[in-house]
Amino acid sequence: MQQRRILDEVTINRELLRGNLATPKWWLPTVLGLLVVVIFGFTLMGIMFNRGLGVTGLSRPVYWGLFITTFVFWVGISHAGIMISAILRLTQAEWRRPVTRAAELLTVFSLLTALFFPLIHAGRPWRIFYWITPFDFARGIFPNARSPLIWDPFAIGTYLTGSTLFLYVALLPDLGVLRDRTTGWKHSFYTVASLGWRGNPRQWRLQTVAGILLSALMLPIFVSVHSIVSWDFAVTPSVEGWHSTIFAPYFVIGAVHSGVSAVVTMMALMRWLWGWDNYIRPEHFDALARLLIVVALGWMGFTFAELIFGVYSLEAPERALREMQMFTWPWNLLFIIFFLTAFAIPVPLWFFKRVRNNIALMFWTSILVNIGMWLERFLIIVPGLSRKQPFVFTWDTYQVSPLEWGLLLWSFAWVLMLMLLFSKFFPLIPLFETKESQVFTTDVTIGRVTIPAVVRELD
Amino acid sequence: MVTAAERVSSHKWGMAVDVDRCTGCQACVMACQTENNIPLSTEDIYRQKRTFAWIRIERYWYGDFPNVKARFIPIMCQHCENAPCEPVCPVFATYHNTEGMNVQIYNRCVGTRYCGAGCPYNVRFFNYWEPVWPSTLRNQLNPDVTIRSRGIMEKCSFCVQRIRRGVREAAQEDRDLVDGEIQTACTDACPTNALVFGDFNDDNSRVSIMSHDDRKYTHLDSLNTEPNVVYLAQIDATGGAIGEHE
Repeated sequence: MQQRRILDEVTINRELLRGNLATPKWWLPTVLGLLVVVIFGFTLMGIMFNRGLGVTGLSRPVYWGLFITTFVFWVGISHAGIMISAILRLTQAEWRRPVTRAAELLTVFSLLTALFFPLIHAGRPWRIFYWITPFDFARGIFPNARSPLIWDPFAIGTYLTGSTLFLYVALLPDLGVLRDRTTGWKHSFYTVASLGWRGNPRQWRLQTVAGILLSALMLPIFVSVHSIVSWDFAVTPSVEGWHSTIFAPYFVIGAVHSGVSAVVTMMALMRWLWGWDNYIRPEHFDALARLLIVVALGWMGFTFAELIFGVYSLEAPERALREMQMFTWPWNLLFIIFFLTAFAIPVPLWFFKRVRNNIALMFWTSILVNIGMWLERFLIIVPGLSRKQPFVFTWDTYQVSPLEWGLLLWSFAWVLMLMLLFSKFFPLIPLFETKESQVFTTDVTIGRVTIPAVVRELD
Repeated sequence: MVTAAERVSSHKWGMAVDVDRCTGCQACVMACQTENNIPLSTEDIYRQKRTFAWIRIERYWYGDFPNVKARFIPIMCQHCENAPCEPVCPVFATYHNTEGMNVQIYNRCVGTRYCGAGCPYNVRFFNYWEPVWPSTLRNQLNPDVTIRSRGIMEKCSFCVQRIRRGVREAAQEDRDLVDGEIQTACTDACPTNALVFGDFNDDNSRVSIMSHDDRKYTHLDSLNTEPNVVYLAQIDATGGAIGEHE
């Protein structure tokens, strides 16, 4: 822990509202650049709707490919929010405070992005209402409740609703601050949005209770969302690499691994872009990296167990699958990259305190983790379908088309653009949380250094 | 007096495939293609790995050189009683009907392709493109069979249009169906009678008799799919039957 500036409330307001009350120079060009990519992505979707899924590289045995991989990837990223805001809130980890909002925001926007993929991936996307809406319309049949594809919209819908509420409840005090510091149409907007927030004790109590209740209510979602996503694969008895009973916890912990890494990436970006060095400090990176070590080791355990459970049976199709996944070009290259990026490079590095406190290194290792985690899903989905059962006559692979790569690029641009748009109108670091942590923190002098120590009042 | 509805639900359609008789001539593949308006698997489509064949002949080699022999296994939708494709469809586009058939309802399909991913036999085909036929083939299309648009799944229907016609004609004439009266396109075309279609609920039908043969096996038993297509193993020239391939 290092020494730290004592911040008064005026400084906090001024520094954290930097992006809202004024526009940083880089903001508009960046958003416009991202907008170009986003429009390009929507054009690609238009081409796909117009010409059919033939424009993708999907083939006969490999009916699911990059789109479903990317869907699982973004749902995985969305676990960041619930991990940081709900679990760390309930366990009273003080260091979570500056990143709660950004993590929750990442949850909402990555879910919004994830939702696109199964929908554009459908053969007739104009009919998806029959699938995602639990209503029989005029057809006399409800959607099939036995299908994991029905559980998905429920799980993700619940998560999205909960996260949005959570984000909004935590925004209220800051919206009040913004309302008092703006004029014109912005003032009117914040007046309506802040729901009459005046900061009196009753409102604070309600806001706190709502926050805690929502965290507790969202805890089951923490387990459920990615379990249900994993069941899309695990309930399929005919695909060797998918039909595994440990998929639910395996996917959940993998999602936490990639989600928390994404939060690290975002924290580094926030520090660099808005210069919030006083708020997002190396000790936060240190704490997240320690958490990541635990998560990554747990996840590696599951990866290993999944592999062992698979090959233990020594069945021919399972062996064929693993042979393709690990030893056949180009899958072996992907497998090596996956193993190095998701585990072998970042985790040993995180054991060093100097790495944990180095923002640039943390940024790049967290990017590596997400490259690896995307590849992990790809390596589960595609080889499983390519080597399905002993009918070797129908074994075939899949070549990702440029259009699919374009839509992968679109998904990143889309999330970044939404985040940047949000950052213009709302503070990315919660003001009230930062002030609260100032109140809870006292400085303790040990020898020559003064370090912050957290005190809390007990109820 | 047996009503038409009772006659319909008293059937359990199925097929028996004598692998020993199959010569791999692909007549069934052509007959099915013609009967069911299956989109053409052109060279382009082949390169895209998206060929259509509701029934296909899988060719496997066995034996050591120079005594290598080919074995042909016709594979079509197995119409599993416990089908992996059925529970996963979110919109009930595929379900099991009362006659033991796994049916696909094109109008309901939204094209999630989950059934195709779930099918262990890889006998479900997705229309990646809108199907087109050369003008010379337009008049050849079977008016009894729907043309599937792009974005939906299709698969072997056991020539349901022929079954319906056969049942209807028998009901009109107020008589029971005779075994062999209803033929699917592939069984009709098979020159060696390797493919036999019939009613498993009729104890004297050829498929019922064949399903009690010693050589009988079903594909991928370990998945407990309970197929309605039974196979009779090939008899090895050196004696004994070759069981389910590994």
